Amino acid sequence: MTVQIKTGRLLFEGNDWDFSTIQRVHDAIAEIADKDLGLDTFPNQIEIITAEQMLDAYASTGMPLFYKHWSFGKHFAQHEAVYRKGLMGLAYEIVINSNPCISYIMEENTATMQTLVIAHAAFGHNHFFKNNYLFNQWTDPDGILDYLTFAKSYVMSCEERYGQAAVERVLDAAHALMPQGVHRYPRKKPMNLKSEEKRERERQENQERMYDDLWRTVPGKSDGNKARQMRDDKRRALLELPQENLLYFLEKTAPRLAPWQREVLRIVRNIAQYFYPQQQTKVMNEGCATYTHYRIMNILHERGQISDGSYLEFLTSHTNVVRQPVFEDPYYNGINPYALGFDMMSDIERIATDPTDEDKAWFPDLAGNGDVMGNLKEIWRNYRDESFIAQFLSPTLIRKWRLFHIEDDPDEPHLSVSAIHDDRGYRKLRRLLARQHDTAWLSPDIQVVDVDLEGTRRLVVHHRVLRNMLLQPEDTARVLQHLADLWSYDVVLREVDYNTEAVLKEHHAKARPGIFA
Amino acid sequence: MHIVDRRLNPGGKSFANRQRFLRRAKELVQRAVRESTKDRGIGDLDQAGEVSIPVDDIREPTLRRAGSGGKRDIVLPGNRQYVEGDLIERPQGGGGKGSGREGGQGDGEDAFRFVLTREEFLNIFLDDLELPDLAKRRIALTESEGIRRAGYTTSGSPANLALARTLKVSMSRRIAMRRPKADEIAEMEETLRRMEEEGAEPGAVEALRKQLESQTRRRATIPYLDPLDLRYRRYEPFPKPIAQAVMFCLMDVSGSMSEHMKDLAKRFFMLLHVFLTRRYKHVDVVFIRHTDKAKEVDEETFFRGTETGGTMVSSAFVEMKRVVEERYDPASWNIYAAQASDGDNMSSDGERTTRLLREDILPVCQYFAYLQVGDPGGHMGFMQHQGDTTLWRTYEALQRTGARFEMRRVQRREDIYPVFRQLFQKRDAAEGASP
Repeated sequence: MTVQIKTGRLLFEGNDWDFSTIQRVHDAIAEIADKDLGLDTFPNQIEIITAEQMLDAYASTGMPLFYKHWSFGKHFAQHEAVYRKGLMGLAYEIVINSNPCISYIMEENTATMQTLVIAHAAFGHNHFFKNNYLFNQWTDPDGILDYLTFAKSYVMSCEERYGQAAVERVLDAAHALMPQGVHRYPRKKPMNLKSEEKRERERQENQERMYDDLWRTVPGKSDGNKARQMRDDKRRALLELPQENLLYFLEKTAPRLAPWQREVLRIVRNIAQYFYPQQQTKVMNEGCATYTHYRIMNILHERGQISDGSYLEFLTSHTNVVRQPVFEDPYYNGINPYALGFDMMSDIERIATDPTDEDKAWFPDLAGNGDVMGNLKEIWRNYRDESFIAQFLSPTLIRKWRLFHIEDDPDEPHLSVSAIHDDRGYRKLRRLLARQHDTAWLSPDIQVVDVDLEGTRRLVVHHRVLRNMLLQPEDTARVLQHLADLWSYDVVLREVDYNTEAVLKEHHAKARPGIFA
Repeated sequence: MHIVDRRLNPGGKSFANRQRFLRRAKELVQRAVRESTKDRGIGDLDQAGEVSIPVDDIREPTLRRAGSGGKRDIVLPGNRQYVEGDLIERPQGGGGKGSGREGGQGDGEDAFRFVLTREEFLNIFLDDLELPDLAKRRIALTESEGIRRAGYTTSGSPANLALARTLKVSMSRRIAMRRPKADEIAEMEETLRRMEEEGAEPGAVEALRKQLESQTRRRATIPYLDPLDLRYRRYEPFPKPIAQAVMFCLMDVSGSMSEHMKDLAKRFFMLLHVFLTRRYKHVDVVFIRHTDKAKEVDEETFFRGTETGGTMVSSAFVEMKRVVEERYDPASWNIYAAQASDGDNMSSDGERTTRLLREDILPVCQYFAYLQVGDPGGHMGFMQHQGDTTLWRTYEALQRTGARFEMRRVQRREDIYPVFRQLFQKRDAAEGASP
């Protein structure tokens, strides 16, 4: 590694910046990212926006273009009210997993903040997007912007043809089921959003070609003597049941939806799938970006490319970002992913360079091997939050954070402390904290299990209940109503105990006629 | 790396979504606006403002676990005192540390607060009055500014290109730069051809050819029409004559006026105020309330304060006359007056009221409206028929003699607008004559 010590060549002075400053800063950071850290990133596109545009971006989940829906207007109004009162600062940046990688930065930021933001988003997040296995498996950064353009214009053309109200009803229902609209297991081939539009056309053409009214009049074979069990199994196999992706199931199987309604469900489902990796890697993604900006800013300062004043400004906002209030603090709002991520990355650096005997016992592969970036890049590539914490949360960090575990059993009169930061507690705490970051554990397990095809066409959905944690009843009733409307027949949701298969609770919904006629 | 400056992109990307949201929550927002107009001053009606609506109809439900129940594990940072096996009292109300990750999703949010812009607020307020669209557009018209020509500018839209001026600039530039004309070149070519034919001495031909070449190049590099030459017609807005108006709000505050009646009156005053602020740059509002004595008061007292006593309408006119004489010279002020009452008046007061109104008040007023407010149920048993109140009969007699003013009975909110219609029509007829 060749380290050039340049002194007295500041990238900028004072707070003001212009486009050439941004260019200089980007180039300096790119050099460090490449030579010192060895990051592997998509090409960058940096876009400068105003506070109002940042609020716009917030409202549509950060995406630069999106179809129109009232809920985004609601979010905008909400953020705006809070922002105008001064209760909330805006994020310094938003970064989009696309190729080229688009980072939005705010015009109000000072030159130091722009440097920090570029290091954080345009290199930290960018590297993570490009290399992490979940993103490779589930997202298509080359196609996402084109797909959003397609989605936007498709929804718009539906609104023109079928009316805003009709489209809004489908979107409302689809949004309610969005968390149940993702495939959780890898698919056979990588996603290719570019071909989506073509496929949609082909599907429709094929359907029109194959349609023949005559088939309707042909009497079906009577299967009187076949075993009922076999029929059930066959039916489930044909319908690909059980199915955890409710939107996929409805798109393919709902009996009375129009083709455009299926396509709208598909759009919502694809977008949900696109965001699925981000939910699973909050700690790692932010940890990677925060660690990267911390290293880069320090190197810039060591080489005299930013002034002491800038460095102090950076430290102030950095410490704000990685602050973790303790549980009694009125500001405590869960584990801060920036703080946990950054601390774990720094801890892995420490283990590689300056291990204790304890570290050698816990992390024999990493301890003292000296290759900090090698270790980290390997980890960033191959883990998600749950596996990352389960593997790499060290006893040192558990002690530093003074983690402890509380068991809340409604049958007991008291909460009990079952593990603290001591020898007996380390592994348990690590396992539980990992589970606390596991989306599969956090979100309820809901699956379509059966359909009564010959009788009432009732759809049967199961919630596999873990540890007696039932669904929130009012919201469930609302979502179930949407589901019934899309399905067009009755729906029953059974909350079934995971172990005993006992039915704990049932929710019913009847389709309202004419909602999706 | 690309840097893109998005700051100049058209703003309001969320506008369409916001409109959809407002439409969806229309009834709720309308109710909220109705509530909040009660607390607003007449002059503040067309300001932006925060409203709060119940979250119920705009909820976005998802399937999620309930905030409580079931066996839960929570890992927390910052342990100071606990050791393994400690038992902790359950925090009351499920709040505090028990809500670690569930807390943010909030089962308890029951109101949704956000800010309506000025236009949105006014629109919803007017919608609520059930105004016809045409009238709404007229009222909501923000500026009554005209546009006039103001010379030329170097940038503008193609539609405003000033051809003659552009060519004039182009010509002066071409002359100044000595751009060779087409016939000059043609002439030189002709001379050259002739010289070649005549076999003139090679040196001269060569010199001429060089000259021709440089002139042709010059003609090519200096364009006929350069972007620099473009001139556009410039327009600038100019304010139409500014005028000032004063609005008198007269109201009977005796015990017989119910809250509903006062609310109707307030809406009427508000509408009149909005209307006047669109027409005039400066609008003063004077509040006069009366029982059997009249008094100029501030807005708060006007709507909130209660007073007991008989009812003598003439006292309000005496007070108004005094204020006009003192502060508002009819020569420089447009005077509008609106009176709201339930129609009671002391029978002995009728003649005096008529005289005051005819001789002192109406001559100085642009517009005088009498609004007889009633309860939505209309004529209840002990009350007289709504039209037959003392004051109504007095005014009716006055109108028959040819006095110009508006009088209406209003029982419900949607009755308010028709009182205005005549005013608008009158304005339309006299369009052009400055107010």
